[in-house]
Amino acid sequence: MKFWIAAALLFLAAFGVAISGVNEYFFFAAYVVLTAVTLATAWNILGGYAGYVNFGPPAFFGTGAYTAVVLFKWLGAPLAAQIAAGAAMGGLLGFGVGLLTLRLRGIFFAIATVAVVFIMETLMINWRYVGGATGLQLLRPPVIAPFETYARMLFVVAAFMALASVAVARYVQGSWIGRGLRALRDSEEAAEANGVPTLKLKLFACVVSGALMGAAGAPMPMYLSFIEPASTFNLSYTISALGGSIIGGMSHWLGPILGALLLGTLQQIITVTISGEVNVLIVGVLLVLFVVLAPEGILGLLKRWFKASSK
Amino acid sequence: MVQSILEVKGISKHFGGFTALADVSIDIAPGERFGLIGPNGSGKTTLINCISGALRNDGGSIRFEGEEISRLPAYRRTRKGIARSFQIPRPFHSMSVIDNLLVPYEYVVHLKQSEAERQAMDILRRIGLAERARAPSNQLSQVELRKLELARAMAARPRLLISDEAMAGLSGSEVDEVLKILFDLNAQGITIIMIEHIMQAVMRFSQRVICLDAGRIICEGVPEAIVKNPDVQKAYLGA
Repeated sequence: MKFWIAAALLFLAAFGVAISGVNEYFFFAAYVVLTAVTLATAWNILGGYAGYVNFGPPAFFGTGAYTAVVLFKWLGAPLAAQIAAGAAMGGLLGFGVGLLTLRLRGIFFAIATVAVVFIMETLMINWRYVGGATGLQLLRPPVIAPFETYARMLFVVAAFMALASVAVARYVQGSWIGRGLRALRDSEEAAEANGVPTLKLKLFACVVSGALMGAAGAPMPMYLSFIEPASTFNLSYTISALGGSIIGGMSHWLGPILGALLLGTLQQIITVTISGEVNVLIVGVLLVLFVVLAPEGILGLLKRWFKASSK
Repeated sequence: MVQSILEVKGISKHFGGFTALADVSIDIAPGERFGLIGPNGSGKTTLINCISGALRNDGGSIRFEGEEISRLPAYRRTRKGIARSFQIPRPFHSMSVIDNLLVPYEYVVHLKQSEAERQAMDILRRIGLAERARAPSNQLSQVELRKLELARAMAARPRLLISDEAMAGLSGSEVDEVLKILFDLNAQGITIIMIEHIMQAVMRFSQRVICLDAGRIICEGVPEAIVKNPDVQKAYLGA
Protein backbone atom coordinates (compact mmCIF):
# COMPACT_ATOMS: atom_id res chain seq x y z
CA MET A 1 0.00 0.00 0.00
CA LYS A 2 2.78 2.40 1.01
CA PHE A 3 4.47 1.58 -2.28
CA TRP A 4 1.43 2.52 -4.33
CA ILE A 5 0.91 5.79 -2.47
CA ALA A 6 4.57 6.69 -2.99
CA ALA A 7 4.35 5.75 -6.68
CA ALA A 8 1.20 7.84 -7.17
CA LEU A 9 2.80 10.81 -5.40
CA LEU A 10 5.95 10.53 -7.50
CA PHE A 11 3.89 10.38 -10.67
CA LEU A 12 1.85 13.43 -9.65
CA ALA A 13 5.07 15.26 -8.82
CA ALA A 14 6.45 14.44 -12.28
CA PHE A 15 3.22 15.67 -13.80
CA GLY A 16 3.37 18.86 -11.78
CA VAL A 17 6.95 19.56 -12.81
CA ALA A 18 6.04 18.93 -16.46
CA ILE A 19 3.36 21.63 -16.51
CA SER A 20 5.45 24.07 -14.44
CA GLY A 21 7.92 26.57 -15.82
CA VAL A 22 11.05 24.44 -15.32
CA ASN A 23 13.80 24.86 -17.92
CA GLU A 24 13.25 22.74 -21.03
CA TYR A 25 16.68 21.11 -20.80
CA PHE A 26 15.68 19.43 -17.55
CA PHE A 27 13.11 17.32 -19.42
CA PHE A 28 15.56 16.26 -22.10
CA ALA A 29 18.01 15.08 -19.45
CA ALA A 30 15.41 13.61 -17.08
CA TYR A 31 13.88 11.58 -19.90
CA VAL A 32 17.20 9.82 -20.45
CA VAL A 33 17.71 9.19 -16.74
CA LEU A 34 14.19 7.79 -16.29
CA THR A 35 14.63 5.54 -19.32
CA ALA A 36 17.82 4.25 -17.70
CA VAL A 37 15.80 3.44 -14.55
CA THR A 38 13.31 1.44 -16.64
CA LEU A 39 16.11 -0.37 -18.47
CA ALA A 40 18.05 -1.22 -15.30
CA THR A 41 14.90 -2.37 -13.49
CA ALA A 42 13.87 -4.53 -16.44
CA TRP A 43 17.38 -5.96 -16.83
CA ASN A 44 17.53 -6.88 -13.17
CA ILE A 45 14.52 -9.21 -13.41
CA LEU A 46 16.57 -11.67 -15.46
CA GLY A 47 20.11 -10.53 -14.59
CA GLY A 48 19.71 -9.92 -10.88
CA TYR A 49 16.96 -12.28 -9.72
CA ALA A 50 17.79 -15.20 -12.01
CA GLY A 51 21.51 -14.47 -12.43
CA TYR A 52 21.45 -14.60 -16.22
CA VAL A 53 23.64 -11.75 -17.45
CA ASN A 54 22.03 -10.32 -20.55
CA PHE A 55 24.26 -8.13 -22.71
CA GLY A 56 21.43 -7.58 -25.17
CA PRO A 57 19.41 -4.62 -23.83
CA PRO A 58 20.09 -2.65 -27.06
CA ALA A 59 18.43 -5.43 -29.05
CA PHE A 60 15.26 -5.19 -26.96
CA PHE A 61 15.38 -1.42 -26.68
CA GLY A 62 15.96 -1.09 -30.44
CA THR A 63 13.19 -3.56 -31.24
CA GLY A 64 10.82 -1.37 -29.24
CA ALA A 65 12.03 1.76 -31.00
CA TYR A 66 11.74 0.30 -34.50
CA THR A 67 8.34 -1.20 -33.73
CA ALA A 68 7.18 2.28 -32.78
CA VAL A 69 8.60 3.73 -36.00
CA VAL A 70 6.90 1.13 -38.16
CA LEU A 71 3.55 1.69 -36.47
CA PHE A 72 3.95 5.44 -36.74
CA LYS A 73 4.95 5.45 -40.38
CA TRP A 74 2.42 2.83 -41.41
CA LEU A 75 -0.67 3.80 -39.41
CA GLY A 76 0.21 7.05 -37.70
CA ALA A 77 -0.45 5.21 -34.44
CA PRO A 78 -0.49 7.25 -31.22
CA LEU A 79 2.33 7.03 -28.69
CA ALA A 80 0.44 4.75 -26.30
CA ALA A 81 -0.11 2.22 -29.08
CA GLN A 82 3.55 2.47 -30.07
CA ILE A 83 4.62 1.70 -26.52
CA ALA A 84 2.21 -1.21 -26.19
CA ALA A 85 3.43 -2.67 -29.48
CA GLY A 86 7.06 -2.06 -28.49
CA ALA A 87 6.46 -4.00 -25.29
CA ALA A 88 4.76 -6.82 -27.20
CA MET A 89 7.61 -7.13 -29.69
CA GLY A 90 10.21 -6.87 -26.91
CA GLY A 91 8.44 -9.68 -25.07
CA LEU A 92 8.25 -11.75 -28.24
CA LEU A 93 11.96 -11.26 -28.87
CA GLY A 94 12.57 -12.23 -25.23
CA PHE A 95 10.60 -15.43 -25.78
CA GLY A 96 12.52 -16.32 -28.93
CA VAL A 97 15.92 -15.46 -27.53
CA GLY A 98 15.10 -17.22 -24.28
CA LEU A 99 13.98 -20.38 -26.02
CA LEU A 100 17.22 -20.50 -28.00
CA THR A 101 19.71 -19.40 -25.37
CA LEU A 102 18.44 -20.12 -21.88
CA ARG A 103 19.81 -23.62 -21.95
CA LEU A 104 23.23 -22.00 -22.05
CA ARG A 105 24.73 -20.88 -18.79
CA GLY A 106 27.09 -18.22 -17.56
CA ILE A 107 29.41 -16.71 -20.10
CA PHE A 108 27.85 -18.65 -23.00
CA PHE A 109 24.47 -17.10 -22.40
CA ALA A 110 26.05 -13.64 -22.16
CA ILE A 111 27.85 -14.05 -25.48
CA ALA A 112 24.70 -15.30 -27.20
CA THR A 113 22.84 -12.18 -26.09
CA VAL A 114 25.55 -9.93 -27.56
CA ALA A 115 25.01 -11.71 -30.87
CA VAL A 116 21.31 -10.83 -30.78
CA VAL A 117 22.21 -7.13 -30.75
CA PHE A 118 24.26 -7.48 -33.93
CA ILE A 119 21.59 -9.56 -35.63
CA MET A 120 18.89 -6.99 -34.91
CA GLU A 121 21.12 -4.11 -35.98
CA THR A 122 22.02 -5.83 -39.26
CA LEU A 123 18.36 -6.53 -39.96
CA MET A 124 17.42 -2.88 -39.49
CA ILE A 125 20.37 -1.62 -41.55
CA ASN A 126 19.05 -3.67 -44.44
CA TRP A 127 15.41 -2.69 -44.11
CA ARG A 128 14.62 0.20 -46.43
CA TYR A 129 11.16 0.91 -45.03
CA VAL A 130 12.63 2.15 -41.74
CA GLY A 131 15.42 4.07 -43.40
CA GLY A 132 18.19 1.48 -43.56
CA ALA A 133 21.63 2.61 -42.44
CA THR A 134 20.98 6.32 -42.98
CA GLY A 135 17.95 6.38 -40.74
CA LEU A 136 14.65 8.17 -40.87
CA GLN A 137 13.48 11.67 -39.94
CA LEU A 138 10.20 11.67 -38.04
CA LEU A 139 7.75 14.50 -37.78
CA ARG A 140 6.30 14.61 -34.27
CA PRO A 141 2.53 14.86 -34.08
CA PRO A 142 1.14 17.89 -32.25
CA VAL A 143 1.59 17.74 -28.48
CA ILE A 144 -1.38 16.90 -26.28
CA ALA A 145 -2.66 19.44 -23.71
CA PRO A 146 -1.82 20.29 -20.94
CA PHE A 147 1.80 19.87 -22.03
CA GLU A 148 3.57 22.77 -23.66
CA THR A 149 6.20 20.76 -25.51
CA TYR A 150 6.69 17.19 -26.63
CA ALA A 151 9.70 16.71 -24.34
CA ARG A 152 7.57 17.53 -21.31
CA MET A 153 5.00 14.95 -22.32
CA LEU A 154 7.67 12.33 -22.96
CA PHE A 155 9.11 13.06 -19.53
CA VAL A 156 5.77 12.18 -17.92
CA VAL A 157 5.51 9.06 -20.09
CA ALA A 158 9.02 8.01 -19.06
CA ALA A 159 8.18 8.61 -15.39
CA PHE A 160 5.09 6.44 -15.76
CA MET A 161 7.04 3.63 -17.44
CA ALA A 162 9.79 3.75 -14.83
CA LEU A 163 7.22 3.47 -12.03
CA ALA A 164 5.33 0.72 -13.85
CA SER A 165 8.45 -1.37 -14.41
CA VAL A 166 9.46 -0.95 -10.76
CA ALA A 167 5.98 -2.13 -9.77
CA VAL A 168 6.40 -5.21 -11.98
CA ALA A 169 9.90 -5.94 -10.64
CA ARG A 170 8.67 -5.52 -7.08
CA TYR A 171 5.77 -7.88 -7.67
CA VAL A 172 8.01 -10.52 -9.27
CA GLN A 173 10.51 -10.27 -6.44
CA GLY A 174 7.93 -10.74 -3.71
CA SER A 175 5.96 -13.53 -5.36
CA TRP A 176 6.58 -17.26 -5.64
CA ILE A 177 8.19 -16.50 -9.00
CA GLY A 178 10.86 -14.42 -7.30
CA ARG A 179 11.67 -17.21 -4.84
CA GLY A 180 11.93 -19.66 -7.72
CA LEU A 181 14.23 -17.35 -9.67
CA ARG A 182 16.48 -16.90 -6.65
CA ALA A 183 16.53 -20.65 -6.13
CA LEU A 184 17.64 -21.32 -9.68
CA ARG A 185 20.23 -18.55 -9.49
CA ASP A 186 21.74 -20.26 -6.43
CA SER A 187 21.66 -23.74 -7.92
CA GLU A 188 19.78 -24.80 -10.99
CA GLU A 189 20.02 -28.53 -10.17
CA ALA A 190 18.75 -28.05 -6.65
CA ALA A 191 15.92 -25.82 -7.87
CA GLU A 192 14.76 -28.48 -10.34
CA ALA A 193 15.03 -31.15 -7.67
CA ASN A 194 12.76 -29.03 -5.49
CA GLY A 195 10.01 -28.74 -8.06
CA VAL A 196 11.00 -25.42 -9.65
CA PRO A 197 10.33 -25.45 -13.42
CA THR A 198 13.59 -23.63 -14.15
CA LEU A 199 13.25 -23.29 -17.92
CA LYS A 200 9.71 -21.91 -17.69
CA LEU A 201 10.67 -19.41 -15.00
CA LYS A 202 13.73 -18.24 -16.91
CA LEU A 203 11.61 -17.81 -20.03
CA PHE A 204 9.06 -15.85 -18.05
CA ALA A 205 11.76 -13.55 -16.66
CA CYS A 206 13.25 -13.12 -20.13
CA VAL A 207 9.86 -12.20 -21.64
CA VAL A 208 8.94 -9.72 -18.90
CA SER A 209 12.39 -8.17 -18.94
CA GLY A 210 12.35 -7.95 -22.76
CA ALA A 211 8.86 -6.45 -22.84
CA LEU A 212 9.79 -3.70 -20.39
CA MET A 213 12.95 -2.90 -22.33
CA GLY A 214 10.95 -2.82 -25.56
CA ALA A 215 8.48 -0.42 -23.96
CA ALA A 216 11.37 1.76 -22.80
CA GLY A 217 12.69 1.98 -26.34
CA ALA A 218 9.38 2.82 -28.02
CA PRO A 219 9.26 6.59 -27.28
CA MET A 220 12.94 7.07 -28.23
CA PRO A 221 12.30 7.87 -31.94
CA MET A 222 9.79 10.55 -30.96
CA TYR A 223 12.20 11.92 -28.39
CA LEU A 224 14.92 12.31 -31.06
CA SER A 225 12.56 12.96 -34.00
CA PHE A 226 14.89 10.56 -35.71
CA ILE A 227 15.91 6.91 -35.81
CA GLU A 228 19.09 5.31 -37.04
CA PRO A 229 20.50 1.80 -36.35
CA ALA A 230 23.99 2.53 -34.98
CA SER A 231 22.83 4.70 -32.08
CA THR A 232 19.63 2.71 -31.47
CA PHE A 233 21.50 -0.59 -31.05
CA ASN A 234 24.36 1.06 -29.18
CA LEU A 235 25.97 -1.06 -26.48
CA SER A 236 25.84 1.97 -24.18
CA TYR A 237 22.31 0.80 -23.32
CA THR A 238 23.86 -2.40 -22.02
CA ILE A 239 26.14 -0.32 -19.82
CA SER A 240 23.32 1.74 -18.37
CA ALA A 241 21.12 -1.31 -17.73
CA LEU A 242 23.88 -3.48 -16.31
CA GLY A 243 25.78 -0.64 -14.67
CA GLY A 244 22.69 0.72 -12.96
CA SER A 245 21.90 -2.69 -11.49
CA ILE A 246 25.46 -3.48 -10.41
CA ILE A 247 26.05 -0.07 -8.84
CA GLY A 248 22.67 -0.04 -7.12
CA GLY A 249 22.59 -3.68 -6.02
CA MET A 250 20.93 -6.60 -7.77
CA SER A 251 19.19 -8.42 -4.94
CA HIS A 252 16.33 -5.93 -4.47
CA TRP A 253 14.12 -3.85 -6.77
CA LEU A 254 15.39 -0.68 -5.09
CA GLY A 255 18.93 -1.34 -6.30
CA PRO A 256 18.52 -0.63 -10.03
CA ILE A 257 16.55 2.54 -9.24
CA LEU A 258 19.30 3.93 -7.03
CA GLY A 259 22.05 2.84 -9.41
CA ALA A 260 20.39 4.13 -12.56
CA LEU A 261 19.47 7.46 -10.94
CA LEU A 262 23.03 7.97 -9.72
CA LEU A 263 24.71 6.78 -12.89
CA GLY A 264 22.28 8.51 -15.26
CA THR A 265 22.37 11.84 -13.44
CA LEU A 266 26.15 11.76 -13.18
CA GLN A 267 26.40 11.00 -16.89
CA GLN A 268 24.15 13.91 -17.78
CA ILE A 269 26.06 16.34 -15.58
CA ILE A 270 29.46 15.22 -16.88
CA THR A 271 28.35 15.28 -20.51
CA VAL A 272 27.26 18.89 -20.12
CA THR A 273 30.01 20.20 -17.87
CA ILE A 274 33.03 18.23 -19.10
CA SER A 275 32.55 16.05 -22.17
CA GLY A 276 30.88 12.98 -23.59
CA GLU A 277 34.15 11.04 -23.61
CA VAL A 278 34.95 11.65 -19.95
CA ASN A 279 31.44 10.51 -19.17
CA VAL A 280 32.21 7.04 -20.59
CA LEU A 281 35.43 6.91 -18.59
CA ILE A 282 33.61 7.79 -15.38
CA VAL A 283 31.10 4.98 -15.90
CA GLY A 284 33.97 2.55 -16.36
CA VAL A 285 35.74 3.71 -13.21
CA LEU A 286 32.52 3.58 -11.19
CA LEU A 287 31.80 0.04 -12.37
CA VAL A 288 35.28 -1.18 -11.46
CA LEU A 289 35.11 0.49 -8.07
CA PHE A 290 31.76 -1.04 -7.23
CA VAL A 291 32.58 -4.53 -8.49
CA VAL A 292 35.78 -4.57 -6.43
CA LEU A 293 34.80 -2.64 -3.31
CA ALA A 294 31.03 -3.06 -3.03
CA PRO A 295 29.88 -6.10 -4.98
CA GLU A 296 26.44 -5.76 -3.44
CA GLY A 297 26.12 -2.19 -4.68
CA ILE A 298 24.73 0.83 -2.91
CA LEU A 299 22.14 -1.36 -1.19
CA GLY A 300 24.91 -3.55 0.24
CA LEU A 301 26.74 -0.48 1.51
CA LEU A 302 23.57 0.88 3.12
CA LYS A 303 22.86 -2.46 4.77
CA ARG A 304 26.35 -2.64 6.23
CA TRP A 305 26.10 0.95 7.38
CA PHE A 306 22.76 0.37 9.11
CA LYS A 307 24.04 -2.75 10.81
CA ALA A 308 27.11 -0.89 12.05
CA SER A 309 25.09 2.06 13.35
CA SER A 310 22.54 -0.15 15.11
CA LYS A 311 25.26 -1.94 17.09
CA MET B 1 2.95 -59.55 -6.50
CA VAL B 2 3.01 -56.01 -5.17
CA GLN B 3 3.58 -53.40 -7.84
CA SER B 4 7.01 -51.86 -7.48
CA ILE B 5 7.27 -48.15 -6.70
CA LEU B 6 10.34 -47.77 -8.90
CA GLU B 7 11.20 -50.00 -11.81
CA VAL B 8 14.41 -49.28 -13.66
CA LYS B 9 14.83 -51.46 -16.73
CA GLY B 10 18.03 -51.75 -18.71
CA ILE B 11 19.12 -48.13 -18.54
CA SER B 12 22.49 -46.98 -19.79
CA LYS B 13 24.30 -43.68 -19.78
CA HIS B 14 27.33 -42.63 -21.80
CA PHE B 15 29.47 -39.53 -21.48
CA GLY B 16 31.24 -39.39 -24.82
CA GLY B 17 33.04 -42.70 -25.09
CA PHE B 18 32.80 -43.40 -21.38
CA THR B 19 30.11 -45.78 -20.22
CA ALA B 20 28.88 -44.62 -16.83
CA LEU B 21 25.95 -47.04 -16.66
CA ALA B 22 25.49 -50.20 -18.69
CA ASP B 23 22.19 -52.05 -18.72
CA VAL B 24 21.24 -51.39 -15.11
CA SER B 25 17.93 -52.71 -13.82
CA ILE B 26 16.53 -52.38 -10.34
CA ASP B 27 13.14 -52.96 -8.83
CA ILE B 28 12.14 -51.33 -5.59
CA ALA B 29 9.03 -52.21 -3.61
CA PRO B 30 6.92 -49.60 -1.83
CA GLY B 31 8.23 -48.97 1.66
CA GLU B 32 11.54 -50.66 1.03
CA ARG B 33 14.85 -49.51 2.50
CA PHE B 34 17.25 -49.92 -0.35
CA GLY B 35 21.02 -49.48 -0.22
CA LEU B 36 23.22 -48.57 -3.16
CA ILE B 37 26.95 -49.07 -2.75
CA GLY B 38 29.99 -49.20 -4.95
CA PRO B 39 33.49 -47.77 -5.14
CA ASN B 40 34.12 -44.19 -6.30
CA GLY B 41 33.17 -43.64 -9.92
CA SER B 42 31.07 -46.77 -10.10
CA GLY B 43 27.98 -44.89 -11.31
CA LYS B 44 25.91 -44.55 -8.14
CA THR B 45 25.33 -40.84 -8.50
CA THR B 46 24.81 -41.15 -12.25
CA LEU B 47 22.12 -43.73 -11.58
CA ILE B 48 20.22 -41.53 -9.16
CA ASN B 49 20.73 -38.52 -11.44
CA CYS B 50 18.93 -40.52 -14.11
CA ILE B 51 16.16 -41.49 -11.70
CA SER B 52 15.67 -37.96 -10.37
CA GLY B 53 15.93 -36.38 -13.81
CA ALA B 54 19.13 -34.35 -13.45
CA LEU B 55 20.44 -36.50 -16.32
CA ARG B 56 18.60 -38.23 -19.15
CA ASN B 57 19.30 -41.93 -19.53
CA ASP B 58 20.36 -43.04 -23.02
CA GLY B 59 18.41 -46.27 -23.21
CA GLY B 60 15.97 -48.29 -21.14
CA SER B 61 12.99 -47.22 -19.11
CA ILE B 62 12.29 -45.81 -15.67
CA ARG B 63 8.85 -46.31 -14.20
CA PHE B 64 7.65 -44.64 -11.03
CA GLU B 65 4.42 -46.03 -9.62
CA GLY B 66 3.81 -47.68 -12.96
CA GLU B 67 4.31 -44.53 -15.02
CA GLU B 68 7.17 -43.99 -17.48
CA ILE B 69 9.12 -40.96 -16.24
CA SER B 70 12.42 -41.13 -18.07
CA ARG B 71 11.52 -38.26 -20.40
CA LEU B 72 10.06 -35.95 -17.77
CA PRO B 73 12.05 -32.92 -16.57
CA ALA B 74 13.39 -33.18 -13.04
CA TYR B 75 10.85 -30.81 -11.48
CA ARG B 76 7.94 -32.93 -12.73
CA ARG B 77 9.48 -36.03 -11.17
CA THR B 78 9.81 -34.20 -7.86
CA ARG B 79 6.14 -33.25 -8.08
CA LYS B 80 5.28 -36.88 -8.72
CA GLY B 81 6.95 -37.83 -5.46
CA ILE B 82 10.69 -38.40 -5.96
CA ALA B 83 12.90 -36.21 -3.80
CA ARG B 84 16.66 -36.32 -3.44
CA SER B 85 19.47 -34.82 -1.46
CA PHE B 86 22.73 -33.90 -3.14
CA GLN B 87 26.06 -35.50 -2.36
CA ILE B 88 27.75 -32.10 -2.50
CA PRO B 89 25.26 -29.90 -0.65
CA ARG B 90 23.61 -27.37 -2.93
CA PRO B 91 21.77 -25.01 -0.61
CA PHE B 92 20.02 -21.93 -1.96
CA HIS B 93 22.83 -19.91 -0.46
CA SER B 94 21.20 -16.49 -0.77
CA MET B 95 18.29 -17.64 1.41
CA SER B 96 17.89 -18.41 5.08
CA VAL B 97 17.60 -22.02 6.21
CA ILE B 98 13.83 -21.90 6.52
CA ASP B 99 13.43 -20.16 3.15
CA ASN B 100 15.30 -23.06 1.58
CA LEU B 101 12.46 -25.30 2.74
CA LEU B 102 9.80 -22.90 1.51
CA VAL B 103 10.87 -23.54 -2.09
CA PRO B 104 9.62 -27.15 -2.19
CA TYR B 105 6.61 -26.18 -0.06
CA GLU B 106 5.69 -23.51 -2.59
CA TYR B 107 6.53 -25.45 -5.75
CA VAL B 108 5.74 -29.05 -4.88
CA VAL B 109 3.22 -29.10 -2.04
CA HIS B 110 1.60 -25.73 -2.89
CA LEU B 111 1.12 -24.49 0.65
CA LYS B 112 0.38 -20.97 1.82
CA GLN B 113 3.41 -19.26 3.31
CA SER B 114 2.22 -19.25 6.93
CA GLU B 115 1.35 -22.93 6.86
CA ALA B 116 4.56 -23.74 4.97
CA GLU B 117 6.64 -21.96 7.60
CA ARG B 118 4.93 -23.86 10.40
CA GLN B 119 5.58 -27.21 8.75
CA ALA B 120 9.12 -26.21 7.79
CA MET B 121 9.83 -25.45 11.45
CA ASP B 122 8.52 -28.92 12.36
CA ILE B 123 11.00 -30.51 10.00
CA LEU B 124 13.85 -28.31 11.21
CA ARG B 125 13.07 -29.27 14.81
CA ARG B 126 13.07 -32.95 13.90
CA ILE B 127 16.39 -32.69 12.16
CA GLY B 128 17.98 -30.44 14.77
CA LEU B 129 18.30 -27.24 12.79
CA ALA B 130 15.50 -25.28 14.46
CA GLU B 131 17.74 -22.77 16.19
CA ARG B 132 19.44 -22.06 12.86
CA ALA B 133 16.16 -21.47 10.99
CA ARG B 134 16.77 -17.77 10.36
CA ALA B 135 20.50 -18.10 9.69
CA PRO B 136 21.69 -17.43 6.14
CA SER B 137 22.39 -20.84 4.65
CA ASN B 138 25.85 -19.78 3.47
CA GLN B 139 26.92 -19.63 7.11
CA LEU B 140 26.15 -23.25 7.91
CA SER B 141 28.77 -25.82 8.81
CA GLN B 142 29.29 -28.87 6.62
CA VAL B 143 27.23 -31.01 9.01
CA GLU B 144 24.39 -28.49 9.07
CA LEU B 145 24.46 -28.29 5.27
CA ARG B 146 23.95 -32.06 5.05
CA LYS B 147 21.04 -31.82 7.43
CA LEU B 148 19.59 -28.98 5.37
CA GLU B 149 19.83 -31.13 2.22
CA LEU B 150 17.83 -33.84 3.93
CA ALA B 151 15.34 -31.40 5.47
CA ARG B 152 14.66 -29.81 2.10
CA ALA B 153 14.11 -33.19 0.48
CA MET B 154 11.68 -34.08 3.28
CA ALA B 155 9.76 -30.84 2.71
CA ALA B 156 8.85 -32.00 -0.80
CA ARG B 157 6.79 -34.79 0.87
CA PRO B 158 8.24 -37.54 -1.29
CA ARG B 159 7.03 -41.11 -1.55
CA LEU B 160 10.53 -42.05 -2.70
CA LEU B 161 13.46 -40.35 -0.99
CA ILE B 162 16.93 -40.68 -2.43
CA SER B 163 19.63 -39.85 0.07
CA ASP B 164 22.96 -39.31 -1.67
CA GLU B 165 25.69 -39.63 0.97
CA ALA B 166 23.75 -37.67 3.53
CA MET B 167 26.12 -38.91 6.22
CA ALA B 168 29.52 -38.24 4.70
CA GLY B 169 31.68 -36.38 7.17
CA LEU B 170 29.30 -36.81 10.10
CA SER B 171 30.45 -38.08 13.49
CA GLY B 172 29.23 -41.40 14.89
CA SER B 173 26.44 -39.88 16.96
CA GLU B 174 25.36 -37.65 14.08
CA VAL B 175 25.20 -40.68 11.79
CA ASP B 176 22.92 -42.30 14.36
CA GLU B 177 20.76 -39.19 14.41
CA VAL B 178 20.35 -39.12 10.64
CA LEU B 179 19.73 -42.87 10.55
CA LYS B 180 16.99 -42.48 13.11
CA ILE B 181 15.34 -39.78 11.00
CA LEU B 182 15.50 -42.00 7.92
CA PHE B 183 14.08 -44.96 9.87
CA ASP B 184 11.22 -42.72 11.08
CA LEU B 185 10.49 -41.53 7.55
CA ASN B 186 10.49 -45.11 6.35
CA ALA B 187 8.11 -46.07 9.15
CA GLN B 188 5.71 -43.46 7.74
CA GLY B 189 5.72 -45.37 4.49
CA ILE B 190 8.37 -43.48 2.53
CA THR B 191 10.55 -45.66 0.33
CA ILE B 192 14.22 -44.81 0.74
CA ILE B 193 17.23 -45.33 -1.48
CA MET B 194 20.41 -44.77 0.46
CA ILE B 195 23.75 -44.20 -1.19
CA GLU B 196 26.47 -44.33 1.37
CA HIS B 197 30.14 -44.95 1.85
CA ILE B 198 29.75 -45.57 5.56
CA MET B 199 29.26 -49.35 5.41
CA GLN B 200 27.93 -49.85 8.93
CA ALA B 201 25.21 -47.29 8.19
CA VAL B 202 24.06 -48.83 4.89
CA MET B 203 24.23 -52.34 6.23
CA ARG B 204 22.27 -51.44 9.35
CA PHE B 205 19.69 -49.47 7.39
CA SER B 206 19.05 -51.43 4.23
CA GLN B 207 16.83 -54.43 3.73
CA ARG B 208 18.40 -55.03 0.36
CA VAL B 209 21.64 -53.78 -1.18
CA ILE B 210 22.96 -53.48 -4.70
CA CYS B 211 26.62 -53.02 -5.45
CA LEU B 212 27.65 -51.16 -8.60
CA ASP B 213 31.08 -51.36 -10.17
CA ALA B 214 32.09 -49.64 -13.42
CA GLY B 215 28.46 -48.96 -14.28
CA ARG B 216 27.24 -52.54 -13.81
CA ILE B 217 25.42 -54.28 -11.02
CA ILE B 218 27.85 -56.84 -9.71
CA CYS B 219 25.83 -58.14 -6.83
CA GLU B 220 22.45 -57.86 -5.16
CA GLY B 221 21.16 -59.24 -1.91
CA VAL B 222 20.64 -58.82 1.80
CA PRO B 223 23.37 -56.84 3.58
CA GLU B 224 24.97 -59.88 5.22
CA ALA B 225 25.40 -61.59 1.87
CA ILE B 226 26.76 -58.48 0.18
CA VAL B 227 29.56 -58.03 2.69
CA LYS B 228 30.68 -61.60 2.17
CA ASN B 229 30.45 -61.49 -1.61
CA PRO B 230 33.89 -61.94 -3.22
CA ASP B 231 33.05 -59.63 -6.17
CA VAL B 232 32.16 -56.82 -3.78
CA GLN B 233 35.33 -57.32 -1.80
CA LYS B 234 37.30 -57.31 -5.01
CA ALA B 235 35.62 -54.11 -6.27
CA TYR B 236 36.37 -52.33 -3.01
CA LEU B 237 39.80 -53.66 -2.23
CA GLY B 238 40.98 -54.30 -5.76
CA ALA B 239 42.40 -57.61 -4.58
